[in-house]
Amino acid sequence: MAKKPKPRVKVPKTAAKGDVVNIKTLISHKMETGLRKDKKTGKPVPRHIINKFIVKFDGEDVFSVDIDPAISANPYFQFSMKADKSGEFEFVWIDDKGESFSKKSKLTVN
Amino acid sequence: MKEVTRRETLALGAAAGAAAMFAPYVAWAAVEEANALIAKFTGGKAATDGKITLQMPEIAENGSTVPLSVSVDSPMTKDNYVKRVIIVADGNPRPEVATFNFTPRSGVAEASTRMRLAKTQNIVAVAEMSDGSFHMTKRQVKVTIGGCGG
Repeated sequence: MAKKPKPRVKVPKTAAKGDVVNIKTLISHKMETGLRKDKKTGKPVPRHIINKFIVKFDGEDVFSVDIDPAISANPYFQFSMKADKSGEFEFVWIDDKGESFSKKSKLTVN
Repeated sequence: MKEVTRRETLALGAAAGAAAMFAPYVAWAAVEEANALIAKFTGGKAATDGKITLQMPEIAENGSTVPLSVSVDSPMTKDNYVKRVIIVADGNPRPEVATFNFTPRSGVAEASTRMRLAKTQNIVAVAEMSDGSFHMTKRQVKVTIGGCGG
């Protein structure tokens, strides 16, 4: 891959206690399916995708996705969490080569 | 250039027709493979209709990025929540799409993403509830341009 995958998240910084907050995430990644052939050599292009996305809040599991090649390039995920305390989100993306990319975001609950 | 006779034209047409008829069974994952995947997910249990909603466009112009939204009707408490939702596409080269793992912390069992669709096909979503029951829903999406490379 030419560029290093860049993770992006859109998550509120504050929330009222008991609110369900909406979280949007995106990471730039080609998501090579392994089914495509190189047009010049005719050889199959090896699979290279983000295969796991994990979201934790203060170390506790919130949401995760097991990803297969049918997910589009630059995988986008939207999901929710019930805000009942202040803490920190941790978003982790793991690819086929074992590389991981992460991002953190704080949430204050009033 | 040699002129193509009427007889040859007919033969060509017939051959092309036959190829078009059989090609899908060779090139694409069969519906059975998708069903086997669902059976593996439910452990052979029957999944009932309802409780789960799958939102997708009826017609996708570009199969390489088709929006998908799934939601399950559940209170999402520690005793009653949605554990996992699997998404399966029965006309893609490989039927598995993604598995969403929820927790009671999720608040609501809703998730959205974007997926690839190789051709017009059915998308199936199956939810596993914390009490061990399964719910499923199915939706057909028509695809104008496929999205699986090549």
